[in-house]
Amino acid sequence: MAMLTIKDLNVYYGVIQAIKGISFEVNEGEVIALIGANGAGKTTILHTITGLITPKAGSIDFEGNDLVKIPAHKIVSLGMAHVPEGRRIFAELTVLENLKMGAYTRSDKKEMENTLEMIYKRFPRLKERKNQIAGTLSGGEQQMLAMGRALMSHPRIILMDEPSMGLSPLFVSEIFDIIREISESGTTVLLVEQNAKKALSIADRAYVLETGNIVLSGDAKELMNDDSVKKAYLGE
Amino acid sequence: MGSVLEQLINGLGTGSIYALIALGYTMVYGIAKMINFAHGDIIMVGAYVLYVTVTQFKLPVIAAVAITVTFCAVLGITIEKIAYKPLRKAPSLAVLITAIGMSFLLQSLALLIFNANPIAFKSIIDVQTVKLGNTTVSGVTLVTLIVTMICMITLSLFISKTKAGSAMRAVSEDKAAAQLMGINVNRTISMTFAIGSALAAVAGILFVCQYQSIKPTLGALPGIKAFVAAVLGGIGSVPGAMIGGVLLGVIESISKAYISSELTDAIVFGVLVLVLLVKPSGLLGKNRIEKV
Repeated sequence: MAMLTIKDLNVYYGVIQAIKGISFEVNEGEVIALIGANGAGKTTILHTITGLITPKAGSIDFEGNDLVKIPAHKIVSLGMAHVPEGRRIFAELTVLENLKMGAYTRSDKKEMENTLEMIYKRFPRLKERKNQIAGTLSGGEQQMLAMGRALMSHPRIILMDEPSMGLSPLFVSEIFDIIREISESGTTVLLVEQNAKKALSIADRAYVLETGNIVLSGDAKELMNDDSVKKAYLGE
Repeated sequence: MGSVLEQLINGLGTGSIYALIALGYTMVYGIAKMINFAHGDIIMVGAYVLYVTVTQFKLPVIAAVAITVTFCAVLGITIEKIAYKPLRKAPSLAVLITAIGMSFLLQSLALLIFNANPIAFKSIIDVQTVKLGNTTVSGVTLVTLIVTMICMITLSLFISKTKAGSAMRAVSEDKAAAQLMGINVNRTISMTFAIGSALAAVAGILFVCQYQSIKPTLGALPGIKAFVAAVLGGIGSVPGAMIGGVLLGVIESISKAYISSELTDAIVFGVLVLVLLVKPSGLLGKNRIEKV
């Protein structure tokens, strides 16, 4: 059985239907990419999964829990972390305080220290700047902080929303390397990206979204060679 | 009329009471993005609870103070739950009007229970006046300074050093991101109202010990002054509220002594207008860019 199963999801903003009966699944260990243009509904799907938006209909099953019925603040302790679009770090808190907020629901102090060391190893820049106010970090560093903060909860699945947005090409490559590392260390990844080329290059499978519908899905490598995908999303 | 030093110390005394009240305004604003106009009336409720526990139930001072602070904290949480929480997604004007309505409700309830006649109240603070040269400081002022200092230091440590304090700061910055961290936003808002109201209760106790008279509208003037202090310091900023409150008290005391007691309030509000002209976000206010 899949780790995360989304079934017939319908989401409305007022009278406007943003998600039109979407179903998809994520298996343990996979990297799944949701790609599509601005406004296709990618971010809405992630927000609905982690409870920030309540869907009108449909179910979201995560390892036997129906997330639709669980309040947003109780989802992280089930093993699901969400790196939101625009990073949404706490700009007035220090880097270390941000990371500690990521582990808010954890009570295993000793293991938390280990996780922190692991994150410092993966993001040495965060260690250098741990006492700095997070709002003073560069965009790329803020993205690293947002990812580190999510990893502090020691999630089994991590949802990432546009991690490459607004970053220099150098940082974009670095961020995607890190996503690959996170996946290799055993964490399942659900990735939302406008940078379809990069996303497909690290994903196992992908779903292509258009105005609230899934129009294509399949193996990431195959999608990369699909003519319509090439034309619409890869600029070839 | 005493020395300048004496006026300064008296100003610090009143100012630190304003600061305690201003902290409630500023913390609630920071987290719920609303001005809780019923906050001043918590002072009045605190004063009446103290009166009832001390003079009617004849409880020892410590117990009376503990009951007063607890009562106000619970009242603060209750007001938020029944009046403000249902309006979380409503326009801010609706919340503002509700808060004003809540203020009237509390005053009317006090009027109903205790009627409009002021009740004389003997200070529970039994400390001798201190004399240093030609400067005299009353026991009440001395205790006020010490108690408010302890409250402010404890609060600052709580906000900056504890997990719950960090969570409070996280919620005031970004509620959705805070929820993704597993922070219960509703509980954090309740906690903020509880702390703010408990501080208002302490302010109420110190206030009646100073003025020794209780009436249903007792909270209105210190409430509005503390609100001014919070805006002066930069609403949303905790150190701003402390500085704003103390500054207001000192300006008030100095202008009362050396300029004119009739013009005091005009001077106080004049200072506010001036500060806001130069720095619209207040002394320590943040010019935060709104997120989209």
